[in-house]
Amino acid sequence: MPLEGYRVDDRLVHGQVVVGWGQPLDLAFLVVVDDALAESPWEQELYKMAAPPELQVSFRTVSDAAAQHAGWASDARPGLLLTADVDTMARLVRQVPAIRRVTLGGLHAAPGRKERLTYVFLDPADHDRLQSLASEGVEIVAQDVPGTRPAPLAEWIGS
Amino acid sequence: MTSNRPRAVLAGHADVAHGLVSAVQVIAGRGDRFVPLSNAGHGADTLLAALRALVADEGAQVIFTDLPAGSATLAARRLQREQPTLTVVAGVNLAALLEFAMQDAPDAAAAVDKGRAAMLAWPGGTGAA
Repeated sequence: MPLEGYRVDDRLVHGQVVVGWGQPLDLAFLVVVDDALAESPWEQELYKMAAPPELQVSFRTVSDAAAQHAGWASDARPGLLLTADVDTMARLVRQVPAIRRVTLGGLHAAPGRKERLTYVFLDPADHDRLQSLASEGVEIVAQDVPGTRPAPLAEWIGS
Repeated sequence: MTSNRPRAVLAGHADVAHGLVSAVQVIAGRGDRFVPLSNAGHGADTLLAALRALVADEGAQVIFTDLPAGSATLAARRLQREQPTLTVVAGVNLAALLEFAMQDAPDAAAAVDKGRAAMLAWPGGTGAA
């Protein structure tokens, strides 16, 4: 099994990802796709510190991730791809048609965002981006931890 | 018992910080040595802002967090980068907090030693008599 999922989570590498998902999925690698992080060695070290030594964490820009996606997809080890926001994931999906499912794992309260689920708050732009992705055939679900049911977009996106 | 000493911030997942402070209060009457912060409902940016505000309000010099891989620890490390005199202790337990609470002068390293020493295991046997 190559990449186990494509997760949008504004905390990126943190307990829920490393422990909650990492252990049951036996993740061997995380790919963090973020244009700014890919240029910040200090932030990269901070996130790497949050991961156990056996979990490889790499940081890529959207364009680099699109170019390298086929390699991760064919990797024999299980991995997870993370972005901190919907816009970054949407840009990646449009460059990598093989991505057919995106999971919203955590987008928290911020000015201009409306609560859709307890762990998903969207501003109007993200709302439209998700609906646009869904209309293009990408399955969008929300699921914060493994023990919960993946909630389809239609159940919580609202108007 | 109250103290004029700046409180330390204790940040962690869900209600763990509030629970630990409550336990320190029940055991030693010094829950006021800490101000708890939950990461619940926070993204990375808002958690950092909340932590920054608490540290400023309290004049805190020490931040305790629960899980080294947790978002509270990442926020604390980012704040430490802004304020290099801050001390960050991750993976805290009740024994470490009690040690810190009972100190006359804050000594985070001693609290860490106490917390490590309090982690013990007695492996079970086969169950055979």
